[in-house]
Amino acid sequence: MLTAIGFASVYISRRSHISTASLTYALLFFVLYLAAHVVARFTVPNADPYLLPLAGLLTAIGLTEIYRLGPSNAFKQGLWVVIGVAVFALVIVVLRRDYRLLENYKYIFGLSAIGLLFMPLLPGIGQTVNGSRLWIHAGGLQFQPGELGKLALIVFLAAYLREKREVLAQGRVKDWGPLLVIWGSAMLVLFATGDLGSALLYYGIFLAILYAATARLKFVAAFIGLFLVGSAAVYEGTPHVRERVTNWLHPWTTQKVYCALNGHYTLRQDCASYQMVQSLYSIAHGGYGGTGLGSGVFQNAQGAPLIPFLSTDFIYSAVAQELGLVGAAALILIYMVFVLRGFRVSLAANDGFSKLLAAGLTFGFALQTFVIVGGILRVIPLTGITLPFVSYGGSSVISNFIVVAGLMLVSDRANA
Amino acid sequence: MNTQLNRLALVALIMLAALIVATTYWQSWAAGSLAAKQDNAIELVSQFEVSRGLILAANGNTVLAADRKVKRNGQTFYFRRYPSHGLAAQTIGYSTSALSQTGLELSLNDYLTGATSNLSNAIQRTLNQIGGGTVYGDNVVLTINAGAQALAQQLLGDRCGAVVAMNPRTGAIYVMASSPTYDSNLIDKPGGYAKVLKTKGACGDASALLNRATYGLYAPGSTFKMVTASAALDSGAFTPTSGFNDPGYCVEYGKHVSNAGNPDQNGPETYGHVTLAQGFQHSINSVFCNVGKQIGAKVILDYAKRFGFYSTPPLETPANQRLPSGLYKNDKLWFPKDPATEVDPGRLAFGQERLQVTPLQMLMVGATIANGGVVPRPYIVDRVIGHDGSVVSRTRASTLGRAIKPETAAELNQMMVSVVQAGTGTAAQIPGIQVAGKTGTAETGVNKVYTAWFVSFAPANNPQVAVAVVLEKQLNGFGGAVSAPIAKQIMQKLLHR
Repeated sequence: MLTAIGFASVYISRRSHISTASLTYALLFFVLYLAAHVVARFTVPNADPYLLPLAGLLTAIGLTEIYRLGPSNAFKQGLWVVIGVAVFALVIVVLRRDYRLLENYKYIFGLSAIGLLFMPLLPGIGQTVNGSRLWIHAGGLQFQPGELGKLALIVFLAAYLREKREVLAQGRVKDWGPLLVIWGSAMLVLFATGDLGSALLYYGIFLAILYAATARLKFVAAFIGLFLVGSAAVYEGTPHVRERVTNWLHPWTTQKVYCALNGHYTLRQDCASYQMVQSLYSIAHGGYGGTGLGSGVFQNAQGAPLIPFLSTDFIYSAVAQELGLVGAAALILIYMVFVLRGFRVSLAANDGFSKLLAAGLTFGFALQTFVIVGGILRVIPLTGITLPFVSYGGSSVISNFIVVAGLMLVSDRANA
Repeated sequence: MNTQLNRLALVALIMLAALIVATTYWQSWAAGSLAAKQDNAIELVSQFEVSRGLILAANGNTVLAADRKVKRNGQTFYFRRYPSHGLAAQTIGYSTSALSQTGLELSLNDYLTGATSNLSNAIQRTLNQIGGGTVYGDNVVLTINAGAQALAQQLLGDRCGAVVAMNPRTGAIYVMASSPTYDSNLIDKPGGYAKVLKTKGACGDASALLNRATYGLYAPGSTFKMVTASAALDSGAFTPTSGFNDPGYCVEYGKHVSNAGNPDQNGPETYGHVTLAQGFQHSINSVFCNVGKQIGAKVILDYAKRFGFYSTPPLETPANQRLPSGLYKNDKLWFPKDPATEVDPGRLAFGQERLQVTPLQMLMVGATIANGGVVPRPYIVDRVIGHDGSVVSRTRASTLGRAIKPETAAELNQMMVSVVQAGTGTAAQIPGIQVAGKTGTAETGVNKVYTAWFVSFAPANNPQVAVAVVLEKQLNGFGGAVSAPIAKQIMQKLLHR
């Protein structure tokens, strides 16, 4: 509770920094956080006490930065946080007695995971944004079903591998069937949606849970090999993925290259790698101390935005510019603490399903952070996924609150 | 299962730690090179959010470059304007709204945007930034004398050429004028840049953007005799009273090198028996031809180096806007491996051969003689002043070392005085002040069209100012006739006479 107030006050002070009028925002957020806290206190009293404050802190940082980049987005994001907290409360209340019931419905989760992953490909509701087909929209609402698909996949894998871990470890072929289906699906999704990031994420989670369950590094190695084969095929077959890799290796060119966006010959930094390069400039501009909240440069002298998708995928480069190395490192440290708590929950859990579930959720959380921030920082090829809790985006906020709910349920049971 | 979970946790933490390392890399290690990238729009915009410092003339009042405040989408940007309409245009340069920069605007950018500063200013700036206030760059006060600079520009008129003046004791540049010139305000206007590019001087050369004072290369003609005479006297091979017989020509490689080809020489074409000093006074080529033959090209070139030849003269302007002086071969600076066989010493001695020099370099030669043989280090920024008025930095006069002995300098001083008193440079006489000078009239390859030089300093017994004037493509225009009067007026202006 004390920690919570501390974090909230940090949030309030940061908020008033930009404009005193936004204090109402801070107050609302604080009330919201308090509500979530109270729900958690009463339903899962023994849960890990750090997870929710950390999530709240990350959400607060995200909201603040989104507010700074565009107040109208902050309002919508605020609404999504309300929904996220509601879903969080709902999940905790519904599953407070025994979340392990979920194990019984593992195939339903498995199938719905695949269904959700393929949903954006359906004609009519699917939507292509920035070269990737990740979205569905219905009635004016946009949603990334993959975010929920990811959670369903984790539940399925945790349940299935808990049951089959011994036989799998001994190498019984027929039990590999469902896993190969998942592998095939992930590759298919990658191929069809052109979304390297999500594929990497699902696959990474899969390998992590597989390793945790079977302790066989050779399985992991084999699946990494399969993934590389699949990736190579995709690389050859999908110009979108090939372009991402080229941008990653050579974002700057000194000679003009063909630009697919406008059909002209331009320098690559003015075309395909424009976003990544400008984002790196943004980060570099922050330096050690940053420009200060509200003082960062995100528009050119004519007032046009410099970095596309700044408040969603690229929010890290906005935070890194305004808060500098100090702020960016602090943000990553918060993620590290969250991940540490998550694995602690997993270690403390008493049964296999709980352990695998908590580990899967936590590893997925860490991997997602790595994939997007690593992409922005040119550690790996850039792929557009959201930064958990911080990025602007409803589906992401909701699924992340479910992750917190899941971890708290597991820890409540373990500590009870 | 816990072993695996521990390992997974380790992998996750290593991944996240890698992000911190990568962020550190971009924000510290690579930050500088990213900020310098041409397409970095953020740096571009953030520079316009800074109220760029003023560039002021030495009096601290004449504003050479100032801000133009523009409000756009609720944000305030500061673009550039030039209230003096291009006074010292090529030296000041410009900074456009596309952040194309030249001149001091480029080389002093860090000061003008406040990126380089002392501690108290940096703190003040950071506080301003956090408070959302305007960030101010530092003001720069130059050593340029606004009145003399304007006069030089006016005297040059549409003739192509340059006027450079400095304090020979300190190296502070008083005047740096280049013609043809332009109004710096044009550059950022639609079509303005193209217009500037087409600006032609009387010489027909359209290169108003070029700073001829530091980037223009000319044959030095007889002004180079200052260097040859320095070598001849300083090496001990000759004294001012050494005798020569001038038959009107000098014999080199068995051929006659005639005085008649020297438009600079006044008086009779054949002087007969003269001293070295008289040869200098009347700029007699045959005398210097014989000096060159005797001391050799290597000695002359070595002395030239001591005056600063063969290295780019130091100055605060961007290095690519300055050129070194010396022998040029195929448009490249060339120092012969064996000067004795590769260079014609006679022609070198009176400033022909393949010598190419900048007006600034010839000014440095004149100033060195005025300064008792020590080469003053030229500078044009007097001080940098923070927005609060505190001095961020102040230039201290320094030297580039000794070129010739004080006695040699005194002898040359005397010889240069006689040039103005009763030699080729009488047009530079100022009533009541002893002026020392040397004329130069270099052939251009076109008959009767010359590059006209005058290098001078005054007062000769206590030099306060040194001037170099060069005019391009002067029809029948001798240095003593067309350039000396300009030098005279600039010296008068600077000496308040």
